[in-house]
Amino acid sequence: MPQVSTAKSLLAGASTRKYRTQEELIRFALFLCAFLSVLTTLSIIAILAWEAYSFFREVGVFDFLSGTRWTPLLEPRSFGVLPLVAGTFQIVVGASLIAIPVGLASAIYLAEFASAEVRRVLKPVLEILAGIPTVVYGYFALTFVTPLIAAVFPSTQIFNAASASIVVGIMVLPMTASLCDDALRAVPESLRQGAFALGATQFEVTLRVVLPAALSGVMASFVLAASRAIGETMAVTLAAGATPKMTLDPLQSIQTMTAYIVQVSLGDTPVGTVEYQTIFAVAALLFAITLGMNIIAHRVLARFREVYE
Amino acid sequence: MRSDRLRRRHATTRVFRLLCATLAWAGIVILAVLLFHVTREGIRWLDLQFLTEFPSRFPEQAGIKSALWGTVWLIILTAGFSIPVGVAAAIYLEEFSPKDRLSQLIEVNIGNLAGVPSIVYGILGLVLFVRFLALGRSVLAGSLTMTLLILPVIIIAAREALRAVPDSIRQAAFALGATRWQAVRAQVLPVALPGILTGVILALSRAIGETAPLVMIGALTYVAFVPEGPMDAFTALPIQIFNWASRPQENFHQLAAAGIMVLLVTLLLMNATAVWIRQRAERTGR
Repeated sequence: MPQVSTAKSLLAGASTRKYRTQEELIRFALFLCAFLSVLTTLSIIAILAWEAYSFFREVGVFDFLSGTRWTPLLEPRSFGVLPLVAGTFQIVVGASLIAIPVGLASAIYLAEFASAEVRRVLKPVLEILAGIPTVVYGYFALTFVTPLIAAVFPSTQIFNAASASIVVGIMVLPMTASLCDDALRAVPESLRQGAFALGATQFEVTLRVVLPAALSGVMASFVLAASRAIGETMAVTLAAGATPKMTLDPLQSIQTMTAYIVQVSLGDTPVGTVEYQTIFAVAALLFAITLGMNIIAHRVLARFREVYE
Repeated sequence: MRSDRLRRRHATTRVFRLLCATLAWAGIVILAVLLFHVTREGIRWLDLQFLTEFPSRFPEQAGIKSALWGTVWLIILTAGFSIPVGVAAAIYLEEFSPKDRLSQLIEVNIGNLAGVPSIVYGILGLVLFVRFLALGRSVLAGSLTMTLLILPVIIIAAREALRAVPDSIRQAAFALGATRWQAVRAQVLPVALPGILTGVILALSRAIGETAPLVMIGALTYVAFVPEGPMDAFTALPIQIFNWASRPQENFHQLAAAGIMVLLVTLLLMNATAVWIRQRAERTGR
């Protein structure tokens, strides 16, 4: 057996030591690559904290978080971030109104009703929809959805929250559907069979047995979808407008946190000024909100996995 | 009376099924409408001149030469950085890492990084690469930013591919006296390669479409030259599309549509390649 003898000779003395050092070096190099992700997170936090700190030396944290007028680039300046937050949440609510029902219904269809062949067609389509760049959705909102809305409601502004909400909803729909699908399919078959054996119809099994059993996963997918919608940038920049205001009217132009950051970075605001530092304060808020939501969602998902595996 | 109720319950199921099916197929309808709209608007402008001309104030003369080359540069550099680092990180987490606190931290951290909005990566790139490392608004700074953005995606995909390799292969290699690295390099990696490649291609196709981080690091929107080195300024396809779409004139909107067609065809080709690799690996079997 030649292999065994090679292995034996490898184990002997000096060559073993050489292999061990080499192995340790490789292991360390691989570790560094993995650790880069931690460094990335630390850099993001450090940069946002540092730059936001120099902003908050000029503007009070409380004024920033509770102010209702956002005019950092115009006199008289005002740094109340609530209009941007309101704009962002208007988009999130609108997008959720589309992504949650349609995503959940698609997932129920895929997991509970559809045949294997239908799944084979629908799943890739959802993947393609998920892979379309956000700037394309922005273009679609501006040149297709907005004219459509304007045809129904003549008071619609060229830039409006409604069309941006609709395309952001379409954008997060595949993610919602696919995560809900995972959650529904993780429900053990025995639960369904038990309910069927008691005489329940497919509708009753789905709504009263499968859905409650998958609820935590479904909820987590909603939170993740909302967090994606909050961080969405290009579609809202192109379609929702650049007028920070607190309104409930979806036909008006608004501005989201992300769109504001883009607006400043495209403009000629001098670097280092308070006006410029606003983007870091807004980005820090954005990062904190999305990170918080992601952590909550992953906690829920992790707990839910423990139950069924 | 009893059968009446049963009939009603079954009817409810049928209505519910129809509702879910309709909503599920709505995705296909939306995709079709989107593709139809973009094609109708853009097809008129999509010709050879569109691919070989620089952007211009006059729509008739405008093209995407600099954007196309910028994207090519960006993707090649991004691939060069992100593939080795991403695969190495995945190998560490899947094959080497002890199950301790630090590994757990890294794992949770990668999951969270995947959910950070892309514009935040843009800010990171702006401060870290453009200013702190003084790389300027170069294609190098852009691709480093993109690398950080897609690393979590690559790591997660590569880990899944490594996890799918049966443990018996590792055990057999160890039994023959291979060290862990020898087992990984000679046995595990070749088996996992198709899966890793699929994940890498999908991650890179995400990088091609990303716009916000490039806007943040200040990829120029008007560039009338092709980058010749990693330190050159650049523009990219999605930035050019964004620029045209944000102008008020109808003609520029149609140019944006033509640009979108080029972008979507590129992405489609990449996705098709990924699917082809996956299917070929499944056919040749293990």
